[in-house]
Amino acid sequence: MIEIQNVRKSFGPLEVLKGIDLTVDKGEVVSIIGGSGSGKSTLLTCINGLEPINSGSIRIDGVEVHAKSTNLDKLRRKVGIVFQQWNAFPHLTVIENVMLAPRKVLGLSKREAEEIAVKQLGHVGLADKLKVYPSRLSGGQQQRMAIARALAMSPEYMLFDEVTSALDPMLVGEVLDTLRMLASEGMTMICVTHEMKFAREVSDRVAFFHQGVMAEIAPPAELFDAPKRPETQKFLAATH
Amino acid sequence: MFGYTFRWNQALQALPQMLDGALVTLQVAILSMVIGLALAIMLTLFRRSDSRILRGFAVAWVEVARNTPALFQIYMAHFGLGNFGIHLSPFAALLAGIAFNNAGYLAENFRGALKAIPETQARAGRSLGMGSLQAFRLIVLPQMLRIAFLPMTNQMVWAILMTSLGVTVGMNTDLAGITQELNARSFRTFEFFAIAAVIYYLIAKAVTLGARLVARRLFRY
Amino acid sequence: MFDTALTLNDLLFLAQGAGMTLAVTAVSVTVGTILGILFGVLRFQFGPIWFAPLTFLLDIFRSVPLLIQLVLGNALQSILKLGWGPFTTSCAVLSLYTAAYCTEIVRGSMESVPVTTRRAARSLGMTWGQDMREIVAPLSLRIALPSWIGLTLGVMKDSALVLWLGLIELLRASQILVTRLQEPLFILMICGAIYFLLSFPIARLGGHLEKRWSPHD
Repeated sequence: MIEIQNVRKSFGPLEVLKGIDLTVDKGEVVSIIGGSGSGKSTLLTCINGLEPINSGSIRIDGVEVHAKSTNLDKLRRKVGIVFQQWNAFPHLTVIENVMLAPRKVLGLSKREAEEIAVKQLGHVGLADKLKVYPSRLSGGQQQRMAIARALAMSPEYMLFDEVTSALDPMLVGEVLDTLRMLASEGMTMICVTHEMKFAREVSDRVAFFHQGVMAEIAPPAELFDAPKRPETQKFLAATH
Repeated sequence: MFGYTFRWNQALQALPQMLDGALVTLQVAILSMVIGLALAIMLTLFRRSDSRILRGFAVAWVEVARNTPALFQIYMAHFGLGNFGIHLSPFAALLAGIAFNNAGYLAENFRGALKAIPETQARAGRSLGMGSLQAFRLIVLPQMLRIAFLPMTNQMVWAILMTSLGVTVGMNTDLAGITQELNARSFRTFEFFAIAAVIYYLIAKAVTLGARLVARRLFRY
Repeated sequence: MFDTALTLNDLLFLAQGAGMTLAVTAVSVTVGTILGILFGVLRFQFGPIWFAPLTFLLDIFRSVPLLIQLVLGNALQSILKLGWGPFTTSCAVLSLYTAAYCTEIVRGSMESVPVTTRRAARSLGMTWGQDMREIVAPLSLRIALPSWIGLTLGVMKDSALVLWLGLIELLRASQILVTRLQEPLFILMICGAIYFLLSFPIARLGGHLEKRWSPHD
C-alpha cells in the first residue's frame, strides 16, 4: 500500500505540490491526469525518493520513504518507475539493459538474470531483439524495453510517468497495450498520463491534478462523465 | 656534401639497443596512462562530490597539470620532492610526472564527456535500486570512456612523446636516454636521433592505428 | 614564509628567464601561425591528395618528441654550417612545430564553414577572394581562435624544452638557482607559479570564448 499524506514540495520559490493526500491499495490502478506543471510527474519521483519532499509523508508498505534511516536503494527495488524519456542504456544490448540491475543490485547469477530478462522481454514483445543495441530500436520498442527492465526487478509497484508522451503517435498503441496487460495481471500502478481513453479503460480511480493540488479523484466513469469541479470540467472539455 | 659524412652503419648497429629502449619507453607510457586513467576517474568523482575540499583538490590538480609544462612537473617529482626527503629515481620521477599530467588532461576530457551524458541516465540507474557509485560505475563510466576515447588516444600519444623528457633528469634506459648515451660516446648526433625519431614516429602511428581497431571492436553500439 | 637565501637579484634572474620563455614563444607562434595559415589554406584549397606530402611532413612534427626535434634541428644547422645560435635554432624548430598544429586548426575551422553559406556568397557574385575574406575568414576565425589560444599556451609550456640546447629560459633559470641555493621545492614553486600566472588567465579566456561562440547555445 502506498500512503501519501499532505505532501508539499517546492523547487526554489515555486511550490509544485501543495499538500497531496492519496492512498493506493495493492492491485489498484490509479491514473493521474492534469495540465503540464500541475505537479503530477513530480509526485512520482517523490514516491520512489528520487526527489526529496519538503513536508508530509509518503509510506510504502508502512516504510517512510523520506526518513533518514530508510535505505532508498533497497526500497526502490520494490517500486519500479518508467519515465517519459525511456533512458535506455546505450552501451548495452537490449538483454544486457534488462539483466544489469538484477545481476548487480539483486546479485543474481548471469543465468538467473538471463532467464528473467528473456521472460520479461518476451512479455513486452521484444523476444526477437535481445542482442540488438537500443539505438536500433524504435521509440516504442525502447520504451517497452524500459518497462521490461523495471519489471525484471520484480517490483510490487509500478510508476509510469507519461510513458507515451515522447512517442510518435503511431507507436503509442503498442506501449499502452503493454500497460493494459500489466494492469490485467493485477500489478499495482500509478500512471501519469495524457491518454484519456487509456485512463478511463484501465484505471480503478482517476485523479485530476491542478496547480499542485489534487482537485478531484473518482472512478473513471464518474470523473470523466460527471466531473464535479469546474477545473476538471474545463480541462476535460479542452482535451476532448 | 656540406663537408659532413653521414655514418648510418655505425648508428644502425645500435638499433637493437635502441629498440630495447623503445620497449622501456612504451612501458613508461602505458604505466603512466593506466595510473593517469585511474587518477582521472578519481578526480572526476571528486569533482562531482558534495565536499568542497575534494572539489577544490581536483580543480587545483587539473589546472596545475594543464597550465605548467610537463617538464616542470617531472622536475617537481625529481627535485622538488627532495624537500620532503622523497628521492625518486629518474624512472619513478618520469612516471610520476607524466601520470600527474595525464590525470589532469584526462579529467578535463572526462568533464567534457560527462556533459554529453544526460543526467537521466544515472537517474534511471538509481530508480532500479543502484547506489550512486554503482550507477556511476555501471552506467555513466562506460559511456564516458567511449565519448572520451579519441582524446584518450591523443593523450596516449602525448604520453609517449613526454617519456623523452626523462633524459633531462638522468633517465638512460628509455629510447631518448639510450640515444643520448650513444650520442655522447660517438657524437653521431644526427644519425642516432634521426633513427630515434623514426622509431618514435612508428610507435605513435602504431598506437593511433591500434586504438582505432580497438575502438571498432569495443564500441559497436 | 620561507627562510630562504633567495635574493632580489635571483628573482630578477628568474624574470629574465621568463622573458626568454616569452620571446621564444612569441617568435615561434608568430612564424608558426603565418606558416600554419598558409599551409591550411593551401590544403583546404587544393584538397588532401595534392597536399599529402606536406601533410605527411607536418604529421612528423606532431608524432616525434619535441626534444628529439630540437636536437635534430641543432645537428642539422651545424651540418649545414648555418652558424645559428641556440635561440635561432630553437625558434626555427618550434615554429615548424607550431605550424604543424596550426595547419590542422586552420583546415578544420575552414572545413566547418558550411558549403551552402559559401555557395550563397558566390551566387551573389563575390569573387573567391571576397568569399574568403568576407565569409570564410570571419566564420572560421570563431572556430579556430579557442584552439589557437590553446596552441599558443601549449607552445609556451613546450618551450621549456629549449633548455636542452642551452637557452636559459624560465625552467633552466630555476634549475640553476636550485643547484646553487639547494632549495628545490621553493624555487620550483615560484617557477610553477610564474608559468601558471602566464597560462591560466589566457586559458580561461579561451574557454570562455569557446563557450560563448559554441553553436550549441
